[in-house]
Amino acid sequence: MLLAGEPPHLEKALTGIAGFDEITEGGLPRGRASLVCGSAGCGKTLFATEFLVNGARLFSEPGVLMAFEETSDELIVNAASLKFDLDTLVRNRTLVIDHVHVDSHQVAETGEYDLEGLFIRLRHAIESIGARRVVLDTIETLFSGFSNEGLLRSEIRRLFQFLKSFAVTAVITAERGEKSLTRFGLEEYVADCVILLDHRIADQVSTRRMRVVKYRGSTHGSNEYPFLIDERGFSVLPITSLGLRHQVSNEVISTGVADLDAMMGAGGLYRGTTAMISGTAGTGKTSLANAMARATCERGERVLYFAFEESPEQIARNMRSVGIDLRPHLESGLLRILAQRPFMFGLEMHLVTIHRESEQFNPSVVILDPISNFLSGGTARDVNAMMVRLVDYLKSRGVTTFLTCLTEGGEAVEATNIGISSIIDVWLLVRDLEVSGERNRGLFVLKARGMGHSNQVREFTMDSRGIHLSEVYLGPAGMLTGSARVAQEASERDAALRRKDDTARKMAQLERRRQAMEARIAAIRAEFEAEETEAREGFASDAEVERRLVEDRAEMWRSRHFGGSSSGRSKT
Amino acid sequence: MKTKSVAKKPPPARAKKSASVKRSKAQASGDEFWRMRLYVAGQSPRSSAAITNLRKICNEYLAGRYEVEIVDLVRHPELAKADQIVAIPTLVKKLPVPVRHIIGDLSATQRVLVSLELLDA
Repeated sequence: MLLAGEPPHLEKALTGIAGFDEITEGGLPRGRASLVCGSAGCGKTLFATEFLVNGARLFSEPGVLMAFEETSDELIVNAASLKFDLDTLVRNRTLVIDHVHVDSHQVAETGEYDLEGLFIRLRHAIESIGARRVVLDTIETLFSGFSNEGLLRSEIRRLFQFLKSFAVTAVITAERGEKSLTRFGLEEYVADCVILLDHRIADQVSTRRMRVVKYRGSTHGSNEYPFLIDERGFSVLPITSLGLRHQVSNEVISTGVADLDAMMGAGGLYRGTTAMISGTAGTGKTSLANAMARATCERGERVLYFAFEESPEQIARNMRSVGIDLRPHLESGLLRILAQRPFMFGLEMHLVTIHRESEQFNPSVVILDPISNFLSGGTARDVNAMMVRLVDYLKSRGVTTFLTCLTEGGEAVEATNIGISSIIDVWLLVRDLEVSGERNRGLFVLKARGMGHSNQVREFTMDSRGIHLSEVYLGPAGMLTGSARVAQEASERDAALRRKDDTARKMAQLERRRQAMEARIAAIRAEFEAEETEAREGFASDAEVERRLVEDRAEMWRSRHFGGSSSGRSKT
Repeated sequence: MKTKSVAKKPPPARAKKSASVKRSKAQASGDEFWRMRLYVAGQSPRSSAAITNLRKICNEYLAGRYEVEIVDLVRHPELAKADQIVAIPTLVKKLPVPVRHIIGDLSATQRVLVSLELLDA
């Protein structure tokens, strides 16, 4: 967007080189000359060649390659090894290769001269195909061909003016100098854009880096960017230019282990998060990663699996032992396992491989197993920087990333030797729990950004039926796992059973006592009733005795007295 | 069109001389033949000077034993590639072998003679 009054931006010509156009926000300055310098073997020629090839193929800009070092045939063969078919381009008249060869041994100088021959050749080449791009590789070779340096310098200056007058976008390559950017100070003449390529060997691993030293009239990334040369050509990794702008998703995807999903407040991982599982050797990190891979494939999504320890066949075989059959997914192509030893290449190479494969395969989940192995390819700092870039990159693509990280025994478990915890969204930790001569795995969620999660350590078991997380036993004896947990659980079951028996027995006892009590009550009552009956019978007979006594007395009275003097008494 | 300035046709039969035999005389034995091509660019002073200087040397040292082809690259730019012309003017000595490139306006006569193997260094 142009602001009012702002001069128009410098027009740029896309190079088509992966990453470079991003760093320079559009490529090289159009209609101007750019200097690409670097030491021998740093990729100058390749950069220049790719600039031309892409121009011809992608942007309909024919190009001229003026090669001072390699012959046309050599260039064609070299480029063919990188899948650039220069021959076809030449036949299609979208590329002209002119090999300029100056052999000082065959040349005698006998008076005044200039380099008009070079100009004529260049003009001829440009005009013959209407070239919009020109590469001069490496023009400094002229310095060894001619003795008059002053003349050469003025001619080179004139050459750059000449290129400008044709308004071609030019790349001039130059050797790196000891004190200056280029051995012959060409940067003096090319003022618009200077790119420095570097090729360093650190710990026997080579790293290529690129820096835009100068870009007049344009903003550009000023960092050193790693770049890579492989069979697909030149690629720069503009990853550090990425901001934290990625889209976030609220969609939750399964980790492939139901018990683990249950530990997460959201019931799984948010799509696009970066999850890491760290732990010591043999704690089941790979199995968890593969469980995730299987679950993803079963949803019909693609998984890109970078294995740094095992071959694809080995992984597939081993996973069958924990009930994960990867073969159908490997066959259907949903799962792609790329196995490579981490020290095979430098970190940049790995990074680019991951980039490229991700771009090609378009996976929804990327697994790196394990990232700790990168340490054999660089220092912790390099690895950290690389991981940050990688995670940012995958995030920006909305890819869910699952990393495993091997921690050495004795280290603080919450520490990774790569120091990338800050970029991890979900961190699972598997630790060995050594109790009573057994080693068991305990898994817990160290952090899970954006969701509640279980605070408990779960025992993590794997067998042919799969991966399970069980609640560990927490009791007065502490946390128990493995067979100790099983034993404890058994003894608890026993105790419960015993308690149940006890209760039944006590109930029966009570019942018996109640029956006894009731029997006694019945006995007492019977006794009482007997007594009562007896007593009642007693009372009745007493009254009879009394009555009879009275009758007897009256009889006696009558018998002794015949009159009524005894009547008063009879009334009582 | 090539501007040809042929002084004389080569003699019909000439004994080939082994390249290893050192030619050391300014006046080489009469059986050798010089075939040369002078590349110039238009009517520049240097180009004109080169033509003049070459003519003078040929007449003086190679009378009857040379053939010079003058190529104007302004008119025939496509011809520059074949002989790897960078500097202008360039005189290419095709014969006798080895092929040599002599650049400049040919004003340093001694060096021209040495380069044409008409004079020892």
